[in-house]
Amino acid sequence: MSQLKYALYTGCTARESTPELLSSTLAVAKKLGIELVLLDEASCCGASHLQDFDEFLAYVLNARNICYAEKHGLTMVTICNTCQINTAMTKHKLDHDAELRARVNEKLAEVGLEYKGTSEVKHFLYALVDDYGLEAISDKVTTPLSKYNIAPFYGCHNIRPSELQNESNGGENPYVPTSLDRLIEALEGNSVDYESKNKCCGFHVDLQAPETSNRLTGTALVDAIDNNADMVVTPCPLCHLNMDVKQHHAAKTMGRDVELPILHMPQMVGLALGCTEAELGLKHHVTKVAL
Amino acid sequence: MSRKETHKKVTVKAFRFNAETDYLPYYKQYELEVGADDLVLDLLNQIKWEHDGSFSYRRSCRHGICGACGIKVNGKPVLACKQNAMELLELFNNELVFEPQSKKRAMKDMIIDKKDFWDKHEAVQPFVVADIEEHPEHETAMSIAQVENILDADYCIQCGSCHYACPALEVNEDYLGPAALTAAYRFTVDPRDEAGMERLELTAQMGSGVWDCVKCFECAQACPKEINPIEKITKLHNLQFEQKVARSNVATRHAEGFVHSIKKHGILDEGHLVAYSERAAVVKHIPEALAMFKKGKIVMPWNMPKSKNLDEIQKLVEISQTNKL
Repeated sequence: MSQLKYALYTGCTARESTPELLSSTLAVAKKLGIELVLLDEASCCGASHLQDFDEFLAYVLNARNICYAEKHGLTMVTICNTCQINTAMTKHKLDHDAELRARVNEKLAEVGLEYKGTSEVKHFLYALVDDYGLEAISDKVTTPLSKYNIAPFYGCHNIRPSELQNESNGGENPYVPTSLDRLIEALEGNSVDYESKNKCCGFHVDLQAPETSNRLTGTALVDAIDNNADMVVTPCPLCHLNMDVKQHHAAKTMGRDVELPILHMPQMVGLALGCTEAELGLKHHVTKVAL
Repeated sequence: MSRKETHKKVTVKAFRFNAETDYLPYYKQYELEVGADDLVLDLLNQIKWEHDGSFSYRRSCRHGICGACGIKVNGKPVLACKQNAMELLELFNNELVFEPQSKKRAMKDMIIDKKDFWDKHEAVQPFVVADIEEHPEHETAMSIAQVENILDADYCIQCGSCHYACPALEVNEDYLGPAALTAAYRFTVDPRDEAGMERLELTAQMGSGVWDCVKCFECAQACPKEINPIEKITKLHNLQFEQKVARSNVATRHAEGFVHSIKKHGILDEGHLVAYSERAAVVKHIPEALAMFKKGKIVMPWNMPKSKNLDEIQKLVEISQTNKL
């Protein structure tokens, strides 16, 4: 296989509240020989909130981020579902709406940039599963995860809406997603089948409607526990914040004891590939991960 | 999806419940014959006509326009008269479970009480509110741009697929939900309408309006008319700022606060955003912040990373920002 190379859009969370996501991503890429060029020029994607305030500004900023991947001539990979959807949604709009693209490019021209539409945008999960391949990953496993029941939590913005996900991401069926399940199995873990795997964690209303957020996260956590999960794995750092940092709030809302370790997708892969404790960054979890 | 098989015998499970006689719902299995072009509606008919005449579901037009036959198959919202059955068999590995759109609202089998849906629909005044002359001398013309601005919001058939797929509604019964909000958008941007500000005020309410959308895209996925309700919800958010209806509160400051962070750092300053959004109420986050700090999850202000070429970002914000709070 020729060496895979991508432009990595880290997003803000991986540089602030989930440093373990960035360190484990880089460690896994190194183990697998995937080259990642960091897009240090990139701004915040707006996280689906700036979009509510000023949709056009969000298009301009996301288009600028894509411009930097285009300059490298590389596919952009994301490590946050929400970065993925906002970037992919911008790409979709600009690729299908010539008038909007012209308006955005008029702004970008003022800083010497132009959106061309030449770079794909996909989540790192699909770079691993679809580009690198599960068999090739399986060959590199040094520490099989066979003693763990792992519940995959897909996160909305990687699986819905199909129109977008088919165009520039994994393209899985949102009602029957399989990538994380297959990845868990490739690492010799046991994937947990449970109803909440493709549901919403409620992160985006955390501030204004914490009851909604806690109940959605709590429902998923309790569902995973009731199906014998030892841990949850997610490709989205925002789901991770809700499930790890706010786990006790969710537990309280549900009236249940919840003590469930939550792994980032690359942490789980790194664990099986023999990455070091420091690279995995498990010490950064609020809910203890005892392996 | 490929449709290799032309005929199949399958066992389908259907939710059965009669609110008048049953204490609890139950599931019953039916052996059905499925042809390549059969729709879910054909299977519902097969159950009723060949197995159990008491099996109940709503149906009328059979052309995807009356919106009566919405149900869920294995949790996926479908319009029974539009969804091919063989496709579902392939997707769900030959095991189908037919359920009503909302089990807790079930009245008889697939039939639910849609009162909450219609109440919310009515609340947004889903019609053109205008004083119309009884004997006008010429038509009220709309420009092409005005019509296009309605997007596809007027294709809604009120089937309830998005409404009963919405997880925010499932846990917060005050939330208006994607169908009512799509209708609110559709009539608010209609140039003949005079109740736009009223609708924007209504949909700006905390607890029931647009700020309770969890951004899961279930509605966009569920809609059998491919209307993309969340797109209209985002448009309503923007309209509230454009029309100066948005009041300063934790949700509006949260949306607007991104601009301040981006101007200063390029990336988001997570801690500052929470403080800016919550104001004095930020104190309730202190225990969480301490827990995060102990685990190295909080970057102090003096260590905040900045995007490279920040001047570009600042310039773009300056020349592209259209809304203010």
